[in-house]
Order: sequence, then structure tokens, then C-alpha cells
Amino acid sequence: MAGIEQAENARGSATALEPEQSAFAFVFRTLCWGAVRSLPIVLLAVAWEVFARSGAVTMFQLPPLSAVLERIWHDAIGGDLFINTGLTLYRAITGFLISMVAGVALGMLMSRSAIMRWFFDPIISVGFPMPKIAFLPIVVLWLGFYDVSKISMVVFDAIFPVVTATIAGIAGIERELIWSARNMGANNRELMWQIALPAALPQIMTGLQVALPIAMIVAVVAEMVMGGYGLGGAMMTEYRFANSRGVFAGIVEIAVVGYVLVKGMSLLRRRLLIWHPEASEPTTV
Amino acid sequence: MTSAALALPERTRLQAVSMSLFRYLPLVLLAIGWELTARFVFASSSALPSLSQVAAAWIELVKDGDLITHGASSLYRAGVGLLLAVLIGAALGIFMAWWRPVNIALAPLVEMFYPMPKSALIPVTVIWLGFGDGSKILLIFLGCMLPVTIGAFNGARGTDRALVWSARSMGAGRLRMLWDVVLPSAIPEMLNGIRTALALTFILLVTSELIVARQGFGYLIGYLGNNGSYDAMFAVVLTVAFLGFAADRIYQRLMQRILRWRE
Repeated sequence: MAGIEQAENARGSATALEPEQSAFAFVFRTLCWGAVRSLPIVLLAVAWEVFARSGAVTMFQLPPLSAVLERIWHDAIGGDLFINTGLTLYRAITGFLISMVAGVALGMLMSRSAIMRWFFDPIISVGFPMPKIAFLPIVVLWLGFYDVSKISMVVFDAIFPVVTATIAGIAGIERELIWSARNMGANNRELMWQIALPAALPQIMTGLQVALPIAMIVAVVAEMVMGGYGLGGAMMTEYRFANSRGVFAGIVEIAVVGYVLVKGMSLLRRRLLIWHPEASEPTTV
Repeated sequence: MTSAALALPERTRLQAVSMSLFRYLPLVLLAIGWELTARFVFASSSALPSLSQVAAAWIELVKDGDLITHGASSLYRAGVGLLLAVLIGAALGIFMAWWRPVNIALAPLVEMFYPMPKSALIPVTVIWLGFGDGSKILLIFLGCMLPVTIGAFNGARGTDRALVWSARSMGAGRLRMLWDVVLPSAIPEMLNGIRTALALTFILLVTSELIVARQGFGYLIGYLGNNGSYDAMFAVVLTVAFLGFAADRIYQRLMQRILRWRE
């Protein structure tokens, strides 16, 4: 109770001071705030190191962070890290791009043609909430253990949010916009490409922002189940050899790649939608 | 409400039924297409069993009791993991919105771990808790907690200021306000977070069981696939997919019912 009041007081005085703040003070405050924000992460890292070395757990259960980082460093020097990251990213991003193109196209078709809408609507609404990862063994059975099956699995999972977002985006366009375009003599194709698609872009971006982590997750999971190269496959190989340092290194690598992808996507959104009043991120994935 | 539906004239009810039939006709067409493709195009291969073969295999699996025992252990894991995630995740989210120091301490961690593919934790949970239920429950808990936390946090943070002020002016204590004002306003967003968590539960469950388990749907799928009994494998895969779909639909119904007070 005292804490929240203090924080509120601090905020209040800070806003009161703002007009007369110098540039130096601004930089200083930003730095301080950044330090406060990263403090919990640093504390967590220190706690990991200390707990792992305390003797409460074995090296196998929890290797110290320093050992894990050393392992990642070795992977990086040996080049394995880049091969595996590259392969995983290749699968995830290829699948993501295919779902982007195919998903937006399907969404546009469904918005335009009643028959397409009739045919695909129940398939999408039933397929979206299904745990599609369960189909992985079937995809392996049909397409083998190589990239084709992994990328197909990514597309199968990541296309749904893109399609639904495209449909919702096009459905939400203001009538006036379409009427004006028609008045000015736009034909159907122009209407779709020059009016509907840009106007639906914020929604579509939201769908893509949901689809990208899905693509990454499915790529990693497919690699984990099928084995072989790639971040997920390499981690499972380490696991089979009971090398827990390698497993933890794999987790850290996967987490970093996932974080970078998600952050990159939200930066891209801000750039692409700089013209749009709604340039905020979705709150949940 | 049900009596009103029953009182509808016969023709409108018929209309409603035929409407929904028409709506779901594409799925029937897909099923027929599957059956025909399997029978006439891939007749010589076992890689695409026909729908009728899959149905027969499903009945066989139920009779054996395999599907029931494996399904029960899967659902137990999913249920316990999700329940823990909802309880702890919601408490954490509301607490973060309620008390600023908690937010400052936890928000960076939430932001860091949220985009991480939680399936990557499968081997670690096995290293910690072994091959049994414990590792799956831990995985589902870890994977499902953050969506609930973020939902509860956003919901609680969006509490109407006027409600807080009126409650305060009417002399509500802080705990009382937490229970009577903040918690109810957090519920709609939190329920959305739980829906995401529900979908994640199935994904994490099946993945972890496919990779390391001795029981459960995922294990059964892998086992049947390795034995080459593809019709039974398809039956289990479709069962899991249907359960995931049904869980989502039931949850949506439930959510609408819970949120009925909110006009």
C-alpha cells in the first residue's frame, strides 16, 4: 500500500518537472529506467548461476548459466549454431511466407466470392481451434522426414490466423471508402488491390504477428519430433546423449531466436503502418 | 430459452436445421472426397486409409479400452496443468496490475519469456520430473501461465477508474476492492487469455507425449504409427483434433454465459 502511493507520487513529481528537464537529465532518466527494467533479468541470471552452484541440484539437473553460455560460445565458434539457427529460420520463415501469400489470397477470395466463402468457412472455423500438431505423424508419413514435411506443417498451422485476419480486415473496411472508389471509377481489381488490401493491412498485420511465433514454434516442434539438424533437432540429440548443458544451450538459443523474431515483427509493423492511426501492437498472441 | 426454441413453428426449425446442414456441407463433401480418394486413388497404399476404415479402427480402439486409458491420462495431465496455470497465472496478473513494484519486477521477465516457444522446455521438464505425468503437467503449466497472466493484467489494469473511486468513497478496504471491483473487471480479458491457454494445452500435451511419454494420446499416435497401423493412428489423431475443437467451442459457450452480466 505504501509502495503504490510512493510510486504514484514519484510519477506525479516527474511529470510536473518534465517541461524544465534538460536533455542530459532525459538521457540519464532513460538509462536509469533501462537499468531498472533489465534488473529482474540480471537477477534471474545471477540466481540461476548461484542456485546451480549451490549444490542443491546436480550439474545434470541444472548446469550453471556460465557453463551453458560457454557451450553456446563453442557452438558459435564451431559454426553449428549458425547452421542450426539458419535451418530453423529457413523452415519457419519459408512456411510463414507461404502462409502469408496463400492466407491473404484465400482471405481475399473468400471475401469476394460467396462460393469460396461457403466452402472454406466451416473448414477454417473447425480447423482453427484444432491442435494441428497432432497431424504431424501423418504429414511425416506422406511427405517424409525432410524439409517439405516440416514446412508443410508450418504452413498448415500458420495459415489460419492470416486467413481470418484478412477476412475480418476486409469486412471491416468503411463503406464510404469503397463507395468513393467506385464513384471515381475503380473496377473490381483496382478496388481489391488499391483500396481493400491497404485498408485491411492493420488487421492483416495483426494476423501475421500471430502467425510468426506459430511458424517458429511449429518449426522447432517438427524438428524435435523428427530429429536431425535445426535448433529443435540438435537439442533433442543432446537430450538423447543426456548432455544437459547442450539441452539448456538449445533452450536459450531457441528463446533468443523467438524473441528476436517477435520483436522484429512488431518493429516492422510500426514501420509499415506508420501512416495509420492505429499503430499499436496486439496485446495477446 | 429452450422452451421458446421448442415452441418455434415446425417450419422455422426445419429451416434452421437445413441452414446449418448447408453451412457444414463442405465438411461432408471433404469427408466423401477423402473416402473416394482413399478407395480409388490410393487403394494399394496403406498411407491413406479410408474414412470407413478409420471409423472401424476407432471403434476397435474404444472397445479395447486403449483410447479410454490413454485419453484419461492425457486429459488428467491437461486438466491439472491448465488449472494450475489459470490459478497462478491469474493471481500473478492481477497482482502485477494491483501493485506497481510487482509489475516492475515481473514485467521484463514476462516480456522475455512470452515469445519463447515453450515446447523447447520438453527435454528439461523430463530431466527434472521424469517420463510420467509430472513433466507434462509442469510443461503445460509453464506454457499456459503467461497468456493467462497477460490477460488478467490487461483486464485488471483497465479497471474503470470511476468504479475504483466510488468503491473507495463508499469505504471499501483495499482487499475488498480487489475482490469486488478489480477482479470482476479483469474477468473478460482473463477469459480470453484462458482461451489461448486452452489451445496451447492441447498443443503442448500432444507434442510432449509424441516426444517422450509412455502413455497418452501422443504416445498412442507414435506407437500406432511405428507399428504401421495407420488406420488406428488416423483415428487417434482425429480424436485429439476433435477434442481440441470441442473444448474450444464448449469454452466459448461457457464464456458467453459467464459474461452475461456484462451488457
